[in-house]
Formats: sequence, C-alpha cells, structure tokens
Amino acid sequence: MCGVDKSFPGVHALKGVDLDLASGDVLALLGENGAGKSTLIKVLGGAHQPDSGTIQIDGQPVQIASPQDSQRAGIGIIYQEFNLVPAMTVRENIFLGQEPGRVSFISAGKERRRARELFERIGVELDPDALVRDLTVAQQQIVEIAKALSLNSRIIVMDEPSAALSPREVQGLFRIVAELKSQGIGIVYVSHRLDEIFAICNRVTILRDGEYVDSKPISELTRETLIELMVGRKLENEFPTRVSATVEDQLDVEARPGLVVSGLAGGPKVRDVSFSVRRGEIVALTGLVGAGRTETARLIFGADKRQAGRITLDGNELDIRSPRDAIAAGICLLTEDRKGQGLILNQSVLENFGLPNLSRFSSGGLIQQKSEREAFNGYVEQLQIKVSSPAQRAGNLSGGNQQKVVLAKWLERDAEVIIFDEPTRGIDVGAKFEIYLLMHKLVAQGKAILMISSELPEVLGMADRIVVLHEGRVTGEIGDVKSATQESIMSLAVK
Amino acid sequence: MKRFIADNGSVIVLLALCAYYSVVTLSEQHPNTPVAGKEVAARILTESTGAPNVIVISRDTAQDRAFTDSVRAAIDAGGGTVLAVVNGTPSDARVALEQVGDAFEKVDAIATNHSASEWGPLKPERLKITAAKFPSLAGVKVVKPQSYTWPSFLTRENLVNVINQNAVIAIIAIGMTLVIITAGIDLSVGSLLALCGVTTAVAAQQMAGGEDAGTIGLLGACLIGTGVCTLCGVFNGVMVTWFRVPAFVVTLAMMMVARGLALIVAVQYQSALLGGGTEGTPEAVKIEAAAFGWLGNGATLGIPNPILLMLALYVLAHITMTRTSIGRYIYAVGGNPEAARLSGVPVFAVLIFVYAICGAMAGLAGIVDASRFEGGRPNAGEMYELQVIAAVVVGGTSLAGGEGRIFGTLIGALIIAVIQNGLNMAGVASYEQKVVFGGLILAAVLLDRFKRK
Repeated sequence: MCGVDKSFPGVHALKGVDLDLASGDVLALLGENGAGKSTLIKVLGGAHQPDSGTIQIDGQPVQIASPQDSQRAGIGIIYQEFNLVPAMTVRENIFLGQEPGRVSFISAGKERRRARELFERIGVELDPDALVRDLTVAQQQIVEIAKALSLNSRIIVMDEPSAALSPREVQGLFRIVAELKSQGIGIVYVSHRLDEIFAICNRVTILRDGEYVDSKPISELTRETLIELMVGRKLENEFPTRVSATVEDQLDVEARPGLVVSGLAGGPKVRDVSFSVRRGEIVALTGLVGAGRTETARLIFGADKRQAGRITLDGNELDIRSPRDAIAAGICLLTEDRKGQGLILNQSVLENFGLPNLSRFSSGGLIQQKSEREAFNGYVEQLQIKVSSPAQRAGNLSGGNQQKVVLAKWLERDAEVIIFDEPTRGIDVGAKFEIYLLMHKLVAQGKAILMISSELPEVLGMADRIVVLHEGRVTGEIGDVKSATQESIMSLAVK
Repeated sequence: MKRFIADNGSVIVLLALCAYYSVVTLSEQHPNTPVAGKEVAARILTESTGAPNVIVISRDTAQDRAFTDSVRAAIDAGGGTVLAVVNGTPSDARVALEQVGDAFEKVDAIATNHSASEWGPLKPERLKITAAKFPSLAGVKVVKPQSYTWPSFLTRENLVNVINQNAVIAIIAIGMTLVIITAGIDLSVGSLLALCGVTTAVAAQQMAGGEDAGTIGLLGACLIGTGVCTLCGVFNGVMVTWFRVPAFVVTLAMMMVARGLALIVAVQYQSALLGGGTEGTPEAVKIEAAAFGWLGNGATLGIPNPILLMLALYVLAHITMTRTSIGRYIYAVGGNPEAARLSGVPVFAVLIFVYAICGAMAGLAGIVDASRFEGGRPNAGEMYELQVIAAVVVGGTSLAGGEGRIFGTLIGALIIAVIQNGLNMAGVASYEQKVVFGGLILAAVLLDRFKRK
C-alpha cells in the first residue's frame, strides 16, 4: 500500500499511509486509539474506499471496491467482531458464499474433507460439524482463519486477535501464526500488547493520528522506543490554564470528600477498580480500548449491573441500581456515544434538556413550558450553546453543541459528580477548548469530574490525577501529573 | 408553505376526501325535518286567503312524526285548522282523504313530505278523481318542503353517523398510538374489546342485579370489564420489558388467549342460564338493564354519546402526551430507549404503562360496543387490531417509534371512516374496499418515508 488517504466528514483518518508486507512476514501495525489502524484495515477489506493512494499485490495494482474484491485479491481479514453465523456448523461457515453453483448440490462430505485439510494446515483439530455457537472464542477465531485460507488468501489481517483470548489460547494463536508464516503467508497483526508483538512479529509499522510514522524491523526496537514512536507528539498549548478555586470553596471541598469507588466489579470487563475523585478535582481514567474504562463509568452510573464494590459520595454510601438512582444521588454521565446514548436525536434540544428535569418544571401534573424554556435559555447563554431555537432537533447540532446540551441537562439537575466519557471525541478544536474551559469552571464550583479519555495529551493537559486501567484493574495512579509523560502512562496501560 | 403541507398532510387529505365525496354525492335533497315542516306550514298560511284547512300526511316513522307534529303546531299557531293527521300507509291516506272530504266543506291544502307525496292517492290525477267524488277537495293543493341540491355525504346526519360508527376504532387507536410511539405494537386490542364486553355483561347480570341494576352497579360492572383488560395490558407490558419477548409475539398470544377467554365465559354463562345441563353457545351475553344502552345509543345535546366519549378521551390523551412528564417519557423511550434510560427515565415502567393504557382503551371501547348492542358479544372486534393500526399509521405515527401525534390518529381514523362511508355510498362492495384500504395504508407509509427525506 502506498500513500493511502482517507477522509470522513470532519476527520482526516488516513494521511498518506504506506504499508509494505513481504510474504512470510508478520507485520505489527501499531498506533494509539484513533491512529487510523481500523480505517486502514477497512480499506484493505473493501469496507472503505481510499480517496487516493494505490494498493499493489505481487507488483500488480489492485482495485478494492468491495469485500468481494478484497477476497479475490487474496486478502483475508479477521475482524474483532467475527463474521460467523452462530446457528450454522463450522464447515457451513467456512464455505459460506462459496457454494458450488446455483444448481448443483452442496456435497457435505466434500466440504467436511476440505475443512479437515484446512485445519490440518494450521495444525489444529476441530469438528467440522460442530455448531459455531457452541465454540469458544478461540475456536471461532480458528474458523475465521480457515475461512480465509479456503479463499486462498495470501495476506491475512488480524485485528486485535488476542484481545478476547486467555493466555493459553494466545499461545495456540501464536503457533497458528508461525505455521502460516512458514507457508509464506503475509500477516498483518494489530495488537496493543507489546509483549506479543515482540514475541511473534518481525517488523513494525507505526501510525499516529492517521499519519505514517515509521516502519522498522523489530530487532531495532525496544519497548521504550516503540512507545515513544507511538505517542511521540509534542504537547501543544491546547488546554486552558486552571483557575483555582476560592478559599471558601476549598474549605467546602475539605468537608465533602467527593466520590470514592472501591472494589468495583461487573460485567466481563471490570474486575476490580478503586479510586476516588475529590470535589474540585479532575481525575482522568485512562487505558487502552477494552481496558474497561467506559464500563467502569457505566457501573458507577448504574447503567449496568454492579456485581461488587462500594460507591460513596461525600462519605455517604450510595446504593445505585439504575441511572435514576445515580441521577438522584447527583452523579451524571456524559456518554462517549452522544448520538446513540446521550441524546434523542429526533427530538428538540429543549425536550432533551427537560427529560431528567421534568418534575422541576411541572406544576399540577402539567409541564410549564415557559419555565422550561427560560431555564434552557439560561444555559444557552452560560454555556454558549449555538442553537437556532429551543425547538431545533438535537440531531442537527454539531458535536460540541450536542455535548453542551447534554451538559446543560445535567447541570440543571444539580449534578455533583460529572463523568465525561471521551468529552471531546468528534468535536472540533475550537469547541474542544470551550469544553475544557467549562470543565475548569465546574471544578472551580466544587464539582467532582471523572474524565475518561484515550487521548493522552488531553489526559496530561486536563487531569489533576490519572488512574490507569488495564483489563479491568487499576494498574497505576499518577498523582504528580506535571512530571508524568505519555510514555509513563502507556507503560502502565500496556502492561 | 411546504412545511405546513408536510405537517398537516393528513388533515389536507381528509379535507380533500370530504370535498371529493361532497361533489360525487351531490344530489336532490328532500328535507323531512321539523324545520321543513314549519316552512311548509308557513307557505300554506301565506298562500291561502283565509284560515286554511289542512290535512297532514306522512309515513309512520319517528322522523315523519316530528315533521307532521311541527306542521300541525305551526298551522295551529298561524290560525289555520288541521283537519286530520295521517302517519301511516298510502291506503291510510286515501281513507283519511275520503273521510275529511266527506266531513268538511272545504279543504285547502295537503301538507306532506317528499316520500308521501309520491303515494298514489296524492298524485294529481288520482286527487282529481277523488275531488270529483268529494267537491270539498276540489281546490286542494299538495304542499311539500322545497327540495334543493346538496351532497348527501355532507349532511349532519351522515357525518354524525360516520363518526359514531368509528368511535370505537378511534378510542382504541389512542392506546395504540402510545404503544406504537414506543416502537411497539399491540395485536390483542380486538380480543380485549370482546373480553371486556363479555366480562362487563356477566358482571352486570350476575353482580349488579340484571334488569334492576342501578347506575352504581353498572358502573361497577364496567370497571370490572376495563380492569380485566388493563391487567391484560399490564401483562403484555411485563412480558415485553422484563422478559424481553417481542411485542408482536406477546400480543399475538394475548389476542388468542383473550378471544378464547371471551368465548369460554360466554359459552359457560349461556350454559349456566340453561341450568348447566347443556353446552352453551357463543352468543352475546344480554344485558337487561335498560340504562346500560345510554352510552352506546344515547345522545347528549344532540351528539351521540360515543362521539362525546371519544372526543373527551382524545383531548385528555393530547394533554397527557404534550404537557405531562409521562407523555415526554413515552416519546423519549420511543426515540431512543438507551438515551432515555441514561437520562433517568424509568423505561420499563413507561412501557408497562403504555400497554396498560392500550388495554384500558380497548376495554372502554368494549363497553361502548356492549352498550350499543345491549350485550357482551364474544365475537366483537375481530380484525379491529388491523383497522386500528391502519388508523394510527395513516395518522402519521411512525412504526419505528418516537414520532406521532394523538390528533393525527384521530384524523387517520376519520380518513378511514370517510373513505369507507364514501365507498359504501358509491356502492363499492366490501371486498373491493379491502383492496382500497390496503393501498391506502401503503400510500400513507410511503408518504411518511418521502416526508422524512
């Protein structure tokens, strides 16, 4: 691949990326979250078309306009989310889409034999007639690999293949990768686990912010140099300076210790998380994708079921079983996915704003629309929300203004603990700065802010303390943010 | 302008339909009302020189009686004399004419209406023959109300009739609108209507005292009937929320169960009436209390009670959906259940509420039906669910949830009613009407799609 460029509305996802893979290579594709790895894979898989750039296989330029083109070009992609039909058998899944002709019958025996051959090739044993839904994740992955091989793929791309595997299963995966490598198949291996990369890859290509950084043989790199290449970006002055709280507020803050979470666990991703957020403080919760950051926030907010752990606010233990309970206790969540979870897009901004606050605007069972609108207009001014009218559809606002509408609805609810999940994702630079200013204002008022962010500069620029998660556990807490570096966070995050 | 059309499309369609049917049904109208009677009397009084002697003739129907009464009163008040009033058949008219012609010296006019004026004895040539026998009839004039050209669709009588007949559908459609706004569906409403009718009927007969049931007793019976349906609705809601069964499946099951229960109750009741020895038949459970018919067949201030009930419910529902928290919650749950939940909306409670209301509305409709037919019919309301859904969809509520207006549904119900009425007037057979309705629903949904784009 050479000079591949891809833009989405508002985002320049790939800026002239090069990728070079020899047969028998295991190439690690590395980069922070949002560096453009997924987009690049999707370009290879035919899910996205590049705006410019060329792709050559064995010296021949190829056009990949659809997933079928990609298969025909000999590229097999194993996404994190498998493309398998759970209710069908292993062999049916492998040969799905390759059924012999329209009229001829599918020979089960032939399929079974070919499936066994494929499994033999990668040195595993698997019953071709087992149902996919009965398989473990690792076995399903094997089915995906066999499927790619059945299409005579010469290039196999694996997106975070080890993310959902146990350590033993990862060893099995390594054996398969080594086997494929020895058969001359080129492999692109995407992973956040640096240990794995040093274990099985022979070359590394690094992306950062959609840009191609470098490609190097693994032998020339150390863990430290690798991390540096991944995050190595200068901190610009994109964060406002902090206004310190007044003395009175400080006293108040002393008396009310804010949010304390201990031993939080729930769902498959959060195993044991403890930390605290004092009033007047911004605590960043960071880690890699899948580390359980968003899930932690959802557990605190009562959106998912908590299996263990205590949550106290200002010393009072909270029994949060639903978002309703959390909201009543003064905790609110600004979700990462504003369009899917934060707002009702087909309703007006006013209706979105009013939703948790209706009891406040009601008298005699009826909503007093005038007082609702007046309250909203107050926030339009305070937060500088750009709306044409309170009746404007929430879906028509820009990301920054959507975020402000969500914030307004929680401020009206007197939220004390505000959880921002990726507060500036999908928001342009100017609006970002405004959101940061607002966060400063809020902590100056004695609110406690928990900020989840995968953008390390944002974490370093905004947080008073940093809590790093890895696979559902706290792997470190950095109290002295001023002397922290992206590297020091990354080394906690990748383990 | 474009926006206005988009927002009020269904109203415009309804008005256009009314206009169309008005033109199509334009025809000679022959009034037969008390007002027409006064007009006839006035004409007789002014046209005659002295105090006129008048015979009033018309058919023997309630409306004709009202007409003749009005003529008689107006003639009396104007100083004329009414020699005889006939409410009956053509031969009654002939006999009366002969008697009057024999008994009085001079008869000036025969006041009648259009249908009676067509009778043989009142035809000019026959009158001449009669007058030859009875000289007093020689100068008699037949006076009938002036006819005029007017669309028969656009008469008060017809319009009231159309709405009255569809009030039941429109009432259920309120509940269905709420359910569909939450992106759900309720197929059980037709069966719940029947279940409520039968339950109410049995309660009225057995518990409220049958023929001698008082108002309180009848209200209690209605409460039991609607209560049962509301509980069925709660059950639907619980299945949809806690057990995550798709609404289509839950309410399909409820549709069968409730219909079955309605039939079982009716059959067992009939069997018990016959002493329990024989098996009963799925006939209507008759409600003997005369007062029970008030809701379905009575009228207040000249407007049938079902229409008044319907309008009251629509106003109530409109206020609930636009001005109360629960209304906002319903829209929020339909628009984005996850965002609603994360905003503190009690999503499960809202959904259960919505299905309960839908059941309750079906129950109320069942009471109107039972009152209209003076008995609980276990087979009532079959296929109503589809008519109701059609009304909601035509009214602009999106099956995807989150959007819809209560009065839109009323307009939708009226559109369907008007089309049905118009097709009936045009003599289109009921099976051909089905084709038209199918096309209509499809057109409404397509229109909605284009509007979105």
